Amino acid sequence: MTAQTGHGGITARAAGLVGCLRCGRVFPKERAVCTRCGARLHSRLPDSIQRVWAWWLAGLVAYVPANLYPMMITETVTETYSSTIVGGAVDLISYGDPFVGIVVLLASLAIPVGKFVAIAWVMLAIRRAREGHAHRLHQLYEAVEFIGRWSMIDVFVVAILAALVHLGQVAGIVPGLAAICFGTSVIFTMLSAISLDPRLIWDATDPLPAGGARAAAAHDPAHPMPPRAGQRTHPT
Amino acid sequence: MTDHAAPAGQDPSSAPHHADLSGLVACPQCDLLNRVPQLADGARARCPRCGTVLLAPRAGAAATIVALAMGALVLMVVAVSFPFLAIDASGLHSEASVIDAALSFAEASGRMAPLSVIVAALIVVLPVTRLVALIYALWPLAAGRRPRAHAAAAFRLAMRLRPWAMAEIFIIGVAVALVKVASLAQVGFGPSFWAFVALVVLVAAKDTILCERSLWRALETAR
Repeated sequence: MTAQTGHGGITARAAGLVGCLRCGRVFPKERAVCTRCGARLHSRLPDSIQRVWAWWLAGLVAYVPANLYPMMITETVTETYSSTIVGGAVDLISYGDPFVGIVVLLASLAIPVGKFVAIAWVMLAIRRAREGHAHRLHQLYEAVEFIGRWSMIDVFVVAILAALVHLGQVAGIVPGLAAICFGTSVIFTMLSAISLDPRLIWDATDPLPAGGARAAAAHDPAHPMPPRAGQRTHPT
Repeated sequence: MTDHAAPAGQDPSSAPHHADLSGLVACPQCDLLNRVPQLADGARARCPRCGTVLLAPRAGAAATIVALAMGALVLMVVAVSFPFLAIDASGLHSEASVIDAALSFAEASGRMAPLSVIVAALIVVLPVTRLVALIYALWPLAAGRRPRAHAAAAFRLAMRLRPWAMAEIFIIGVAVALVKVASLAQVGFGPSFWAFVALVVLVAAKDTILCERSLWRALETAR
């Protein structure tokens, strides 16, 4: 473990302290519960990496039937037509509104697949530490956490269509089994992202040499990268 | 905008004494210890290592959040009590409420009943729980009184539930569904639809001004 972070600072763990993940309050490392917000204190979340992988795998397992079973079954007078997640989006692009079709394809295909790849990428990258990678990995992790929940769109589309389209013999829409598989998969991958203690990303990939004279106090919010050496303005 | 966070120590030997830990903030993303002074309203402190906003206090934040949450709660009551959408095609009429949308999975097959529970939770139950918890925790703060018992537990619950309250995602799903049926039928909007749209706007405004760690500091100070 490197005590110095290269920003003229020190981590709570290196200082023998523990920071609250909820409210940021700092305590001696022996303390178990935060006095400010009541959250449990962990220097690093226990079993974080195992939990991430377990939920990730569960999400992947649920994602397979989500793409094989029909998502939505449309019944009209003349025919019964069932469509998968991808099929429904492709239909929308060909016969309906291409823009909305692409939005659905993004939410139900690109985001889930991208999420599996991104989480696996972050998890593998923090195992083989490389200097300076922390920032990009952390941004990727935050993007996954932020975007992941939007995959739920497709489940809501099916819910509202199935509730709304009840036109006797003329037309009806019934949700298919893919809906529950897909919904479960989205929830599992959200749990996977939430299980990752983001501090692990920085522990592994930002062990810059001790005594790095980077100052931080005047860091410009428009440029999220930490300032380089030489920009020191507020010696601490 | 200025940044006020400063790393708390140059080396382990100057590690802060345990007595003055309350002025420190450990970055929840990268664990860097920061010394953050009492910030003026409107100022913002970022972690110099990873750029995470540590504190961004606003004047009257608690009162604004409580007001927006109460507005959203009233709108949610409207949104679940009235028809949401209706369609007309070939002389046939069909309408659905928000609750019908959640129940549609259970109606189709018993095997999908759990999904109905999940959808009802994501679009109605959890958003309502968050709003009630926020109002409970922050109302006394907004009124300048001491926080109620279990205010910390309520505020913690509201923040933990944040990713799971999906009202805004539901409304985008509705927009997509409308495009799908537009060619099939004439669509009518019920009062609940507009209530839900307004609710999403209020919740988004509330979450934009909500700085969790500033409110934790305020809750602790008011105790």
